[in-house]
Amino acid sequence: MENKWFTISVYSENNVGLLNRISGIFLKRHINIESLNVSKSEIDDVSKFTIVAHTTEKWVHNIVGQIEKQIEVIKAYYHTDDETIYQESALFKIASGLLFDERQIQNIIKDNNAQIVTVSRDFFVIAKSGRRNEIDEMHDQLKPYGIMQFVRSGRISVTKDEMKISTILKEF
Amino acid sequence: METVKEKKKGTTAKKTIKISGAEALIHCLLAEGVDTMYGYPGGAIMPVYDELYKFQDKLTHILTRHEQGATHAAQGYARVSGKVGVAIATSGPGATNLVTGLADAQIDSTPMVCITGQVTRHLLGTDAFQETDIIGISTPVTKWNYQITEASEIPEVMAKAFYLAKSGRPGPVLVDITKNAQIDELDFSYEKCTGVRSYKPVPKPSAKAIEAAAELINGAKKPFIVWGQGIILGQAEDELKKLVEKSGIPAAWTIMGASALDTAHPLNVGMVGMHGNYGPNLLTNECDVLIAIGMRFDDRVTGRLEDYAKQAKVIHFEIDPAEVNKNVHADVAVLGNSKETLGLLLPLLNENKHDAWHNEFKEKYKIEFDTIIKNDIHPTKEGLTMGEVIEEINLASNNKAVIVSDVGQHQMIACRYAKFSQSKSNITSGGLGTMGFALPAAIGAKMGAMDREVVAIIGDGGYQMTIQELGVIFQHNLPVKIVVLNNEHLGMVRQWQELFFDRRYASTVMVNPDFVKIAEGYSIEAKRISERKDLKSTIQEMIASDKPYFLEVKVEQEDNVFPMIPSGASVSEVRLK
Repeated sequence: MENKWFTISVYSENNVGLLNRISGIFLKRHINIESLNVSKSEIDDVSKFTIVAHTTEKWVHNIVGQIEKQIEVIKAYYHTDDETIYQESALFKIASGLLFDERQIQNIIKDNNAQIVTVSRDFFVIAKSGRRNEIDEMHDQLKPYGIMQFVRSGRISVTKDEMKISTILKEF
Repeated sequence: METVKEKKKGTTAKKTIKISGAEALIHCLLAEGVDTMYGYPGGAIMPVYDELYKFQDKLTHILTRHEQGATHAAQGYARVSGKVGVAIATSGPGATNLVTGLADAQIDSTPMVCITGQVTRHLLGTDAFQETDIIGISTPVTKWNYQITEASEIPEVMAKAFYLAKSGRPGPVLVDITKNAQIDELDFSYEKCTGVRSYKPVPKPSAKAIEAAAELINGAKKPFIVWGQGIILGQAEDELKKLVEKSGIPAAWTIMGASALDTAHPLNVGMVGMHGNYGPNLLTNECDVLIAIGMRFDDRVTGRLEDYAKQAKVIHFEIDPAEVNKNVHADVAVLGNSKETLGLLLPLLNENKHDAWHNEFKEKYKIEFDTIIKNDIHPTKEGLTMGEVIEEINLASNNKAVIVSDVGQHQMIACRYAKFSQSKSNITSGGLGTMGFALPAAIGAKMGAMDREVVAIIGDGGYQMTIQELGVIFQHNLPVKIVVLNNEHLGMVRQWQELFFDRRYASTVMVNPDFVKIAEGYSIEAKRISERKDLKSTIQEMIASDKPYFLEVKVEQEDNVFPMIPSGASVSEVRLK
């Protein structure tokens, strides 16, 4: 079985220690978590983990089974990239002077559909949301001018199919 | 826990009493029907021990000599009684010493609640004396764990702990309680937990799956049942017996499933796995329908997965959805509690016989008997064998003893040759293979079934890992029978070195102390035998004794356990020598 990208979505209670329990399931199998995001979900009091891993379907099936077994986990799913709508966010911190000295930077912002979040005397911050490769491309374009700081978030995603968590919650 | 607060806000009418967290904990244990617990005191758990002192007429606390012993004793207690075992320890080293027992209970699905003391709330994270992150440490080896930092959380969390430990697929739960939560007062009232949102302990059986299973079984020419501990945990012994008898299907067991069906039952064809019986292993790859019930296709059972039962349709009866298709693909998966699913299956099955197929097992047994079993239990060579010791225990105890085994050659021999006439009689560390398990587990097993004979079978290696628990047997005059099969080696490792490492016996020769003197130091009646002429009478004397008894049997030093499926080999490659 070949390695593929999988997005694992976990709906859970919001409890201390659950992140440790979930990450431990990956650790035990020596599988790396490529990206992780925890947020609230569409349901009140229910948290959502979005985890990206590069592994085989056999292992992602095993992992999702183990995650779902955890007491505070309501439901866990895995999806391939073509089954989800997904993106990441990134922030670029750039020296302010460059915005005026290097006209090309403005074009990069425009071409990439990025936004300037803030401008101060010393630096300005550009926000960019999109697929990993789009953010990487923008990073490559800005790199020659000097990036003071860069950060990219974990993947967030929604599925094309329904999740039906509310129905599942009623079954417990 | 928000729900605790909510409940208090809403139900002012509920009757409560104002007591300390420590006293509340005792009331929780009593409400859960706990009468025995095993543990070791220390600074961070002292308020609880102070309450245990006051409640000693209602709650027996057994002071083991090491916290690991407390966990194995709790496991032994749980495994014979079906109740939740309870172990208690202090923070720091007390808590970390529980880890092996937690891991053992996790992999063998044993219901256990462990309680640990923790440094007071405001010292958390300051590297205080005996502070350790036991929640972090125990997370991978517990079904659930929780840190209580406020006294008011105690009733609800303890109720949840017991509910989670025993419901669904059982397992160990750890509750860590900061010292302030033990000392502070709360308005106490107790309600048992009956459910947790987000936790579905028992999947609902699907009628369609059961029909599909029945159809496969009814149409099978060479069906084969392999059952595991799921039968015992699901209390489905009767259903298994009815299933086997109605369908006429030969049935074998995993090490954890031993004793769920009488050893003498004609359709009980023996044990599967690395040192299991020849027929069940070999014929796994000849059956046309493999009916797996409450077992998880451990690698010691399946051998090389690529060559495991590939010719067969596999039906998997299982309570834990994560076990289905984990190792072996199930053509039909029947989720649910084994008692319920087998109960639903039975009326759909045709009465049947599979005599020709059953005969294949008998023929294989004859081969195994002539080449191995005969020499193991009726040896003609000079030295004593482990097998003949087990056989004499069978005879002396009329197949009624609880056999508690440790880990290694003696364990495989005990499981191969012990005869069981009642369920919950084989207590061993199956999944984790924890040397040192047997002596403390036998203490718990005896206390969980005082009316039964409990015989611990232990090797000279594992015995010395928890030998200090002789102190418990001595202190409480517990009539546990301890048999050390002494081959002066770490026998199983030595066997592997002989077979697979060109006889390089690295660190497997044991230089042992005088075990008889050690037992006598604890005032335990002790004997050592090394000749066949003394075997029967000494074992009879041991079983007849109503006191603790230690017996060391000097056995052949370099015997091997066969049959054997070498690690990574297929079940078809089971070796007779």
